[in-house]
Amino acid sequence: MSSVEQQFGQAGFEPTAPVPPSRVRIQSGPLAEAGPSAGRREPAVESVFDVREVSVHYGAKRALQGVNMRIPRSRITALIGPSGCGKSTFIRSLNRMNDSVPSFRLDGEVLYHGHDLYAGNVDEVEVRRRIGMVFQKPNPFPKSIHDNVAWAPRNLGLRHGLDERVEKALRGAALWDEVKDRLKSSAHGLSGGQQQRLCIARAIAIEPDVLLLDEPASALDPIATASIEELMHSLKGRFTIVIVTHNMQQAARVADETAFFGLNAAGGEPVGTLIEHDHTEKIFGHPADPRTRDYVSGRFG
Amino acid sequence: MTLESTNAHESPFDPAAPLTPTGNLRRRRAISRVAESGATLAAALAVGVLGIVVYGVLVHGAGALSLDFFFEGAPNGIGPALVGTAEIVTMATLLAVPLGVLVAVYLVEFGGGRIATPVRLALDVMNGYPSIIVGVFIFILIVEATASQSAIAASVALAIIMLSIVARGTEEVLRLVPDSMREASDALGVSRWRSILTVILPSAVGGIATATILAVARAAGETAPLILLTSNNPGIEVSLNPFEAVPNVPGTIYRLSEEANPEGFARAWGAGFVLLALIMAANVGARVLLNRSRRKMAG
Repeated sequence: MSSVEQQFGQAGFEPTAPVPPSRVRIQSGPLAEAGPSAGRREPAVESVFDVREVSVHYGAKRALQGVNMRIPRSRITALIGPSGCGKSTFIRSLNRMNDSVPSFRLDGEVLYHGHDLYAGNVDEVEVRRRIGMVFQKPNPFPKSIHDNVAWAPRNLGLRHGLDERVEKALRGAALWDEVKDRLKSSAHGLSGGQQQRLCIARAIAIEPDVLLLDEPASALDPIATASIEELMHSLKGRFTIVIVTHNMQQAARVADETAFFGLNAAGGEPVGTLIEHDHTEKIFGHPADPRTRDYVSGRFG
Repeated sequence: MTLESTNAHESPFDPAAPLTPTGNLRRRRAISRVAESGATLAAALAVGVLGIVVYGVLVHGAGALSLDFFFEGAPNGIGPALVGTAEIVTMATLLAVPLGVLVAVYLVEFGGGRIATPVRLALDVMNGYPSIIVGVFIFILIVEATASQSAIAASVALAIIMLSIVARGTEEVLRLVPDSMREASDALGVSRWRSILTVILPSAVGGIATATILAVARAAGETAPLILLTSNNPGIEVSLNPFEAVPNVPGTIYRLSEEANPEGFARAWGAGFVLLALIMAANVGARVLLNRSRRKMAG
């Protein structure tokens, strides 16, 4: 094991440990009651997320209804479906990015390694430290390439071996060879595809457990998209990856499992829901639900 | 609704006609021209007034300017007053900038609409109210309590005047920082306060500097509170003791122009010119800084 990996080992965390409030609060108050319910069923592949009957409202508007889904560890799970069916709402619920939306309300349970993400004792900053996210539009900080990647580790107290950590993250994001001679120059000088890979490097620099990618390639040209997909293949196994994509071929190319979200108009007003979730070959080859079949074959309505 | 064409059911114009004005376009053109020249005239008038003031101050004050004028004490120069003004304004800046930036951070990053709106209103009222009232307030609060005028009292008064300028200016640039930056740092599991310190404030630093310079320019020329709070010093020698009255430029201008002494008048104009030049230089500097930071943020 290289020294770099040893440092990461020290800096890392046990993904299955309960999600406690941040360090400061641990010191000032008692730890919250132990989280996980005992007797977790162990499926063939361990689940990272176990989503149970999740519905989401924004104020009076219902955005997502009755989603039940397990997301397997160290695999790539793609979320596909038409616009407005709650894919982004769903993925943003997995690391509590929706908390900043004032009218957001979630019912049901999102279990992460058995711990309820929305329990009262859970600190959302700690959640996001373990469950990183990359957004549709590349959003590097107005800092140098190096400082973009080093920023989060520095602020999380992972100062030891920072340069090695930055290099490892940039290599992991398949960006190192392109930027190693200009680490000190501004990240805004990179192309869109490079910026998005920088954002991925920034996210994996703190060695999260899960990477959530919200349409990471939709703002990029086909060549940059190909390099992002290649990157996802190389990250597979190291991280649990959940990706929202509008591009069905992309889902077919990169994902182990695919979940199809659609609109359910049964209750009157159409609301986003999970229609089918299975192995990617199954979804694209022999989907069980006719709505999935229509969608993946390009027939709508 | 009136259409130009008499027969509205047909095409309202002949597409093959020459492209010269038709219908009431001539009249609309004329109105547009009148409106444009009116606006231009108003702008020219505003700049003209500034020009006349600068010209007047320059003509009357240039005669008094000399090297001695900058370095000697009263009655020949304003050296101690320049130093005193620098001291008072520096102390006021040190008070107002951290507080103003924190107020802006609160308004943009933490305050919800229900609380932020009255805070913002209070700042705007503060920006508008007469400085003499701030002067009287601080006089009662500090000068009466300590039974002495002081540079500190003057600084506190100026800081109150500067606070709203710094807070509102900083608020505006903080709003320019894209939300995607906040989202990016949130998604990395870093607490919001660290993001504010290391991402949001650094990218707004140019705008904060601009707001600070504008506030300094405003404070440097404030006269009313200084007359109440730090006028009991003739400015013969440099004095820096913050617990005593220190000489200052606006106070010196006021005193010299109250004296029945033609030479004093000239010196008052000279001091006025120096103050005006400093304030204009500060304003130009602020614009340059702001433009540079805007470009940086857009890039």
